[in-house]
This record gives sequence, structure tokens and C-alpha cells, in this order.
Amino acid sequence: MGLRADQERHLINTVMQTGPGFRVAITVLLATALWGFYAWTWQLRHGMGVTGLNDRMPWGIYIISFVFFIGISHAGTLISAILRLTGAEWRRPITRMAEVITAVALMMGALMPLADIGRPERLINIAFMGRLQSPILWDLLSITTYLTGSLIYLYLPLIPDLALLRDRLGHQVGPVRRWFYKTLALGWKDTPQQRHRLERLLNIMCVLIVPIAVSVHTVVSWIFSMTVRPGWHSTIFGPYFVVGAIFSGIAGIITAMYFFRRIYKLEQFITKEHFVNLGYLMLVLNLFYFYFTFAEYLTVGYSFMEEEHLLLQSLFTGPYAVAFWFFAFAGILVPALIMALPWTRTIVGITIASVLVNIGMWLKRFIIVVPSLAVPQMPYEVTIYQPTWVEWSIMTGGMAGFVLLYITFARFLPIISVWEMAEAPERVAVDSAAIHLPVSAAATMAGGSEGDD
Amino acid sequence: MVIDLRKCEGCKTIDKPPACTTACNTAHHLRPEQPWIPVYEVEGAAKGSYFQPTPCMQCENAPCVRVCPVGATFHNESGVVLIDQGVCLGCRMCMAACPYGVRTFNWVDPIVPEGMTLKDYSPETSVPQRRGTVGKCMMCAHLAIKGELPACASGCPMFAIYFADLTENVATNGKELVNLTSLLADHHAYQLKPELGTKPRVWYIPGHGEAFGREMK
Repeated sequence: MGLRADQERHLINTVMQTGPGFRVAITVLLATALWGFYAWTWQLRHGMGVTGLNDRMPWGIYIISFVFFIGISHAGTLISAILRLTGAEWRRPITRMAEVITAVALMMGALMPLADIGRPERLINIAFMGRLQSPILWDLLSITTYLTGSLIYLYLPLIPDLALLRDRLGHQVGPVRRWFYKTLALGWKDTPQQRHRLERLLNIMCVLIVPIAVSVHTVVSWIFSMTVRPGWHSTIFGPYFVVGAIFSGIAGIITAMYFFRRIYKLEQFITKEHFVNLGYLMLVLNLFYFYFTFAEYLTVGYSFMEEEHLLLQSLFTGPYAVAFWFFAFAGILVPALIMALPWTRTIVGITIASVLVNIGMWLKRFIIVVPSLAVPQMPYEVTIYQPTWVEWSIMTGGMAGFVLLYITFARFLPIISVWEMAEAPERVAVDSAAIHLPVSAAATMAGGSEGDD
Repeated sequence: MVIDLRKCEGCKTIDKPPACTTACNTAHHLRPEQPWIPVYEVEGAAKGSYFQPTPCMQCENAPCVRVCPVGATFHNESGVVLIDQGVCLGCRMCMAACPYGVRTFNWVDPIVPEGMTLKDYSPETSVPQRRGTVGKCMMCAHLAIKGELPACASGCPMFAIYFADLTENVATNGKELVNLTSLLADHHAYQLKPELGTKPRVWYIPGHGEAFGREMK
């Protein structure tokens, strides 16, 4: 089998640990999230005039963050579903952390438009008066479907692990936790029939979740491309956004992987191979995204259309140039170089690349939303957008909430899927099609999986 | 609406903010920085400039109507695009979609006239407005019902703004009643951004205030 007894204990123990570092993290994150919530109540009290938005710039930080979160959400379910479908064995230690990213990112992503709405109490109107012609309705339907699907897809493979915790932890945890594990395990006894049923359900979910995920970021992009703004009204937006989402999603997993690996000492399960494989996937998506971005701007700029030219000017040399070039260099070029050059292709290097990618992709969403709105539609000046403390607070509050929910999950539920690791064939971490590893790393992995009793 | 730009010079000679803008702002209790009929100074084809009062185009194919998730913005029987601020979520998708930049948002509390309550509101009058919703020119639909001209048309000292009836094919600026088709055809009237297919219902008769003797310099 793929997991020794001591390895299994190590994985189960991740839900037993809690040190001072954890408590500090929770405090800081909770404080940030609550501050963000407070900023929202401030906005409710005084009106949206407390933001830097105005009639010329009706959308800003909130919509950018919305797109950013929904983008990251493509990490999990897409990667874990696709890797499951293609039978890539090396996925086993990372599927759960990826699936949790999806669920949590979708939840936080859904809160961002809530912050952006002028009269949030009227959201209920969508239920009674929703118009299917509106891209906003497409978003709502698509995202709720994806959230439901990804929660199911997270929960199903959690069942055997819940049963494991129910059986192994016993009185090491309090009665409330015990009750949760027992109830949510749904009486899992690990019989062949139950296994078979679970595998079938997972296979169905795997296949269903992929088109749903693709549809989600496509309809998010259509919020923009269904208008006639320069830089928005482009047929490429659907695929462009989906590629960008997968790109930033993979980067998200790499970052998460690095931190969980360190905090829970998961070096024997999450190896350099995982970073390199995901890093190469990130590189491929990087090149894809560069291709789309280049094609976009070339097409926008090749004609002499005035609005488009104003847009490109503001991006390349104008008020938004810093953001644009930072995205291009730090978000696209540097991560690609890190992956391409052997001496930077280390665990730390790849993680740094992933962080740069996500900073770059947040900036890219900024570049997509704001400069297009800044181009004057009538003879007035180019608009400069200056977000206020309210917008920054709500955004960072959302990000803190994301991390908070994520580490809370890992606190109570195994962040590595124990049963999937256990049921793996011998060579769990090494895929025959994988790249050549340095001798020492291969020996470590061989040592880990061959030490069965 | 037909706006005769030969008669518009942005109220520069009377050295005041444009009268149409002021009339509209007063009638609807708008803040001066959020006018519903701003007057832009546009660069001329060769040299000089002209003035362009820019109300809501009341598009037949209104992008704003199309994208609204709850149908808060809609056409009435006369084809005027109205907003029901009792339904509007404030998502501002319509503002992103409008190519003419004519929609404003109540970012802060709107000015509510003395003694008025929300009960007095209707999409036709648009007064008093609600914070967190979108507003725009609705061609004074409440006045049209009574057979009166919109505030901007009544307020223009040069009678440059004509209010038209497409079915009756007439237009009036308060001083004269003319045949609409002739008015448009004889003076080579144009629309803004016609290539977008919005079918705006505001026409401009090209000019630069030459009825005042204003030259393109």
C-alpha cells in the first residue's frame, strides 16, 4: 500500500496540532477580516461615496477582487478533477488542498459583489425579477452551481477521512468534534460496495465539474465583454479569463502547498516533484496567458481607433503604466524564467514564482477593469481612480477571510487526503512520465513508499 | 429630442453655467457635479469648438435596459427609458454598459426637497431619489404627460432644444412647431455613435452657435 502506519498517523495528527503560531495567525486574520466587515458597515451607513468610485469609474476594487477570487477558485476543482481524470498519481497529496481553495475562494469571491452593490437588501429582487438576458444573472447561476458542485466535490472524498478520524481519534478530541466526524462520515465502513459507489460518484463529479468551472470564468468575463468599452468588447474574453483563472489557481495551490508543507512537516508527502510538476503546468499556462494578452493588445492597438489608442497609451506610458509593467515583468516574465532556468527551479524559487504570479494577476485584473473605464466616452478627461481605505479594507478583509477559512479547515480536517494516499499503488509520488529527478530526491521517495511492514 | 447646435454656445455670452443644465438640476434637485444634461465642449472638425448638451439618448436598443439583472430600467409606452429606484440594486452594470456616460449614481444621500417623502417618488419624476441607486435624464416624462416641455427645453434661452413626437412627426422648442422629418433632413441632423446600433433618439443639428454670430476659431 502507499502509506506506512507512521505516515498515516502523521497525516491524522495535522488535525491535532495547534501551537502559538496558529493562534497568532488566527488573531491577526480575524482582526483583519473584522476590520473589513467594519469598513463595509461604514459604507452602508454613509453610502458608496466613501469609496473612490464615481460616475466615470463605476467599478473598481470590489469587482477586481471578485474576478481575482473567482479566478483562484479554478485551482482546486479544475486541477484536482483533471488530474484525477488523467490518472496522474502525483496528485494525491494535493487534491484536497486544491479543492478547499476552490470552495473558500468561491465563498469570498461571492462576497465581493455584495460589497459593491448600492442597495444590498434588494439582492432578493434577483430571485423575483431576475432577467436572464443580464450577464449578472449568468454569473449568479454559474457561480452558485459551481459552489454547490465544488462543495459536493470537496465533501465526497472527505467521507472516508472523516470515518478515519471518527475511528482513530476517539477521546483525543472533544465530544462536539467527535459528533461532527461521526455524523458527517455518514456511517462509512469502507466496504467494497461503499468504495465502489464513492468512486463512481467522484468520477461523475470530475467530469461535471470541468464544464461548470469553465463556464464560471467565462460568464464572469462576459460581464465586461458584453459592453462596448474599449479593451472589454472582445470575443477572446471567455477563453482569456479561463486561462488566466487556471494560471492564478495553480499559483495559488503552489503557495498553499509550500506553507502547509512547512507548518505540518509534510516533506515526505509533498516533494520537490510536486512543485516542479505544478510549476511546469504554471509555466505552460503562463505562456498561454502571455499569448492571449499579446494577441489582445496587438489587436486593440493595430487599428487606429481612438478609444483603443487612448487605452493603450494609459497602459503603456500613462497613469496605469506602473501596474501594467509590473504585471508584465514580475507577473509573467520572471515566473517564466524561474521555471525555465534550472538553478532557480527550486521549491523556494517556484513558490516565489507562484506568489509573483498571483500579485501579477491581481494587477492584471486591475488593468482589465480600471483603464477601460477611465477612457472618456464623451469629451471629458481621462479618469484617475483613487481607492479609499474602505475599499482596501474590504479587499484585505476578504483575503484575510480566505486564509482564515482555509487554515481553519486544515485545523479540523486533514489537509492531505489520507485514504487516497493509502490506496495509491507503490510508486505513489513518482509518475513514470515525470521529469528526471536528482538522485537524492528519488531515493527519498523510494525509501518512503517501500518501507512497508 | 433634437438639439440645434447652431443656437447653442454653452451660455458663454451670458457668462453662466449652461441654462439647460441648471434648469434640469433645479427641477430634479441634482448635485451640480452630477448633471443629467451636461454640456460638453467638443473639438471642431478643423479648428475651434462647439457645444453639445448631452441628455440621455433614450436609445431604442438601450444597452442599459438589456443588461439590468432585475429590470429596474425599462422603456415606457412612449419609448422613454425610465429607472425605478424602488427596484434598482445599485450594481451599476448599466453604467458600465452605457456608451454615452449619461447615467449617474447616488453615491451619497441625494438632495431631498423640503417636505418630500419617498411616497412622492415615481420613475417618471425621479424625485426624491434614493441613495445607492442609478439616476438619469428621463426626458421629463412627468411633464410630457401634461403636455409640457422638458425642463432643459423650457430653460434654454435660445430655444435650441426641440422636443419631438416620433409618431406625430412634429417637434417643438416652445416657440415653433415644425415637421420632424423636415427638421432632421433639411439640416443634416446626426446622432452620437450611431455605429453602435443603439438607435439613440436624440439628434443634433450641426452648428457652433453661429446663430449668435459665434465663429469657429
